[in-house]
Amino acid sequence: MRLVTLSLILSLFLSPEKHLVLLRDGRTLIGFLRSIDQFANLVLHQTVERIHVGKKYGDIPRGIFVVRGENVVLLGEIDLEKESDTPLQQVSIEEILEEQRAEQQAKLEAEKLKVQALKDRGLSIPRADTLDEY
Amino acid sequence: MGLVMPLSGCTFSGFFKSFTSPIHVLIPYSEVTSVICGTLHSVDQYLNIKLTDISVTDPEKYPHMLSVKNCFIRGSVVRYVQLPADEVDTQLLQDAARKEALQQKQ
Repeated sequence: MRLVTLSLILSLFLSPEKHLVLLRDGRTLIGFLRSIDQFANLVLHQTVERIHVGKKYGDIPRGIFVVRGENVVLLGEIDLEKESDTPLQQVSIEEILEEQRAEQQAKLEAEKLKVQALKDRGLSIPRADTLDEY
Repeated sequence: MGLVMPLSGCTFSGFFKSFTSPIHVLIPYSEVTSVICGTLHSVDQYLNIKLTDISVTDPEKYPHMLSVKNCFIRGSVVRYVQLPADEVDTQLLQDAARKEALQQKQ
């Protein structure tokens, strides 16, 4: 592995705080980064899955995660100061899951209306399949 | 001009290294795409990008990044990178790319 990639990736180990990982399927994971390699495969410790809906969020404890690099979008260092003065409100797991379900429902219905409107006009938008990227 | 002559074999990472003012990076994930603005810290051969002092252009829609100041972005998910126009010398870049292509042909 070339030294440039190595130094870029290893500098991520310097932070003692938790890291935030965004995955391709839209999930947000927060945990201590224990290992990373040239493919951005990650090992996260004491991981929490954070679900955001509007201004609320909920944390689901998940334990240890091994993430395959191809699913990683972004890896960020959480700044504890910024974390403490966030305008977001933390709620219980049940509540956030309920909010998420409601949001998904609303999105599906809006999508259905859109598709129907397009169909009425004789148009269709093919849904982008993430696997087609390769 | 701010443009460093690229090293042979990695034209673009050498090209990227020279920026100091904020750049915009567009990232698609699931059906949600977001633009992240930040200062370029480093780039590697896979065009993985490390940005410092980041801000998301629409923090209301994407609240997860509020407490993150620096981030590492995997090169494979970047759709485009918007650069400050006045820091790019297109003539120099063109010449370097041509030289590179000639070298590779030999």
